[in-house]
Amino acid sequence: MNRIQIKKALLIAAALAATSSAAAAGKLEIFSWWSGDEAPALDALVKLYKQKNPGVTVDNATVSGGAGTNAKAVLKTRMLGGTPPDSFQVHAGQELIGTWVVANRMEDLSSLFKSEGWTKVFPQDVIALLSSKGGIWSVPVNVHRSNVMWYNPAKLKAWGVTPPKTWNEFLTTCAKLKAKGVAAPLVVGENWTQQHLWENVMIGTLGSQGWKDLWAGKLKFTDPKVVAGFTTFGKVMDCANKDASGLSWQQASDRIADGTSAFNVMGDWAAGYFTTTKKLAPNTGFGWTTAPGTSGTFVMLADSFGLPKGAKDRAEAINWLKLAGSKQGQDAFNPLKGSIAARTDSDLSKYNTYSKSAAADWKKNKIVGSMVHGAVAPESFTSAFGAIIDQFGASKNAQGAAAAAQQLADRSGIGK
Amino acid sequence: MYVFIGRTMYVSLTDWGNDPAQALALNPVIRWVGLANYQDLFTGFLQGRFRQELVNTIFFTLFFILGCLGLGLGLALILDRNPRGEGLWRTIFLFPMSLSFIVTGTIWRWMLQPQGGLNQFPTVLGLPAGSFGWLSSTDSIWKFDWNKLPLLTASVVALVLVWLAVRAVRAGDRTRAVVAGLCAALLLGWALLVAPNLKLLPAPEAHGFNLALIGIIVAAVWQMSGYTMALYLAGLRGIPEELREAARVDGASDFGMYRHVIFPLLAPITLSAMIILGHISLKIFDLVYAMAGPDNTYTSVPALNMYLTSFRQNQFALGAAIGTILLILVAFVIVPYLSSSFRSEEGHA
Repeated sequence: MNRIQIKKALLIAAALAATSSAAAAGKLEIFSWWSGDEAPALDALVKLYKQKNPGVTVDNATVSGGAGTNAKAVLKTRMLGGTPPDSFQVHAGQELIGTWVVANRMEDLSSLFKSEGWTKVFPQDVIALLSSKGGIWSVPVNVHRSNVMWYNPAKLKAWGVTPPKTWNEFLTTCAKLKAKGVAAPLVVGENWTQQHLWENVMIGTLGSQGWKDLWAGKLKFTDPKVVAGFTTFGKVMDCANKDASGLSWQQASDRIADGTSAFNVMGDWAAGYFTTTKKLAPNTGFGWTTAPGTSGTFVMLADSFGLPKGAKDRAEAINWLKLAGSKQGQDAFNPLKGSIAARTDSDLSKYNTYSKSAAADWKKNKIVGSMVHGAVAPESFTSAFGAIIDQFGASKNAQGAAAAAQQLADRSGIGK
Repeated sequence: MYVFIGRTMYVSLTDWGNDPAQALALNPVIRWVGLANYQDLFTGFLQGRFRQELVNTIFFTLFFILGCLGLGLGLALILDRNPRGEGLWRTIFLFPMSLSFIVTGTIWRWMLQPQGGLNQFPTVLGLPAGSFGWLSSTDSIWKFDWNKLPLLTASVVALVLVWLAVRAVRAGDRTRAVVAGLCAALLLGWALLVAPNLKLLPAPEAHGFNLALIGIIVAAVWQMSGYTMALYLAGLRGIPEELREAARVDGASDFGMYRHVIFPLLAPITLSAMIILGHISLKIFDLVYAMAGPDNTYTSVPALNMYLTSFRQNQFALGAAIGTILLILVAFVIVPYLSSSFRSEEGHA
């Protein structure tokens, strides 16, 4: 009796010692801007990580603020101050490469991609977007689609129009709707949503190869084709509401739901807004199609995690990246986030109606990166491009806007 | 603090951040480029946004100061007549000042929404709802071509000099009149002969007063006019009753008394109010950020651009240059005030 008690006490003491030493050994800090609606998705991923790596304390450092504007500023301070987080969220592609990879602050993840077999499960176009200077720099967790046009099926029926297939068709439809008394057939919101529209007009005009050439520096912004794209964009903006800069993307989506406007070009996070917040049913309450001229193309943006040089808990961070890129991790995260997995082998039964259609396209479409969401252009380009769009809106001078864009591209080192 | 000012000025003369690869590197290579960043801001093809912001700042400062002074003086004059519940009114008018600009901005943003608040107000009276885009308008008035800037500045300065010369002639100060007159003539000559041929930009670039600024000016005036009122009220209370009585005995009407006795005595208050409001309006950042967002170039101001340029585009040198220009602008406002107050102190001593 006595002996057993002592044994028990010893066992408990040993167990306690083991857990406390494990806790001291393992620590991981992940830095992101996922809060509010997006927090449950991250929590699911963290929970999974804790299951796989018991004893590691996960410090979830979140800095809220739409599209990470605040988080990015905090991250810069930390990186420059020499205390980088172990892994941080960043838009996949040039937003990471143009800011941190060129500054030689990130670790190359090529070997991780090879050992985990990710070079086969992620589409080739995506690997190309993540790569630069012979390295692969971050692990994509999710994929959002930029080139979606949303509409209200009942309203379109009442107006007697169908979603246009090309931007020229769109302009005809726009004229028709205006004749029927729809003041603004297209709804846009604040500046970045206009840039979002611009990139979709441009991809619809240039095609996916032309768009790739543009960011590779093979096609100049001053090329007549690009100038023509600007001209079309100007005409498309003439179809839009005049109070754009006062609207958030949610308020712009509201105008589709209430039938004030016919079309809205917005990323597929709008699907979550329509179903969860507005309680609308897919295909009846709200409808979607690819943005005009971009069928067969998937304009992607992705959140990803990278490994900064000098991360304090490198081993734990690598485990985190392995989980973020795994099938299990992505299928836990994405259904909650409202996005699709970057992997092509995900379990579609876990996803909603919209995501299923997007995931199907993800497998068979040509994939190009979004400019405004940081996949193909660095921050130095995207954040200054807004002013060019505004100036173009005021002057409607396509030549001038194209020349300014080219100068900006040269300054940001695009195509170098 | 002065170390940081010096550091910012130094950075603004380098190329830190112009090459993205060096912006955030561990040991960035930073080269001296002289005034190239300033040249880029005033004449660069891509920096039209900054030039519009300078114009915005000038209009904002002008209307903000005029609005605050006018409204503040009006309120102070009413309260000075000791209406009933004066203490309560004083508190109510002063209260907005206790809010931070972020809070003010958020409230006014809601009220000035295209479909909300102020635009819906007429419907209460049975009128159709307003449709003015308080913060989202993209129209502008009083446009001028940036290329005409040297001409305009030179002309304005010359006119001021002419005015000084005329005053000097009246006061009988001969040397002063001659110097001012000569300078004015030189400037005018330069403006008319050289400036029209000076091209800052390859193409004409129109800048004007953006109507979307009106909403922000309204909110700023709402917040700061109570403060101006308090300043004026203190000034009014400081005017001895004997002076007013003396004016009345001399047969001055109410209007005449204000015009010739009270307003001149309030002049120093007006000056300090202008200084305080002026430097607030030059530094304004949070109000614009909260009301129109950082990416609305129609309502943007240099301080906002400085933040975006440095911390989003990583163009540290360019951001430092904008900061230095702001510092110089504030110095224009503050230094004359400081020198005048020093002088008057010496005069008293």
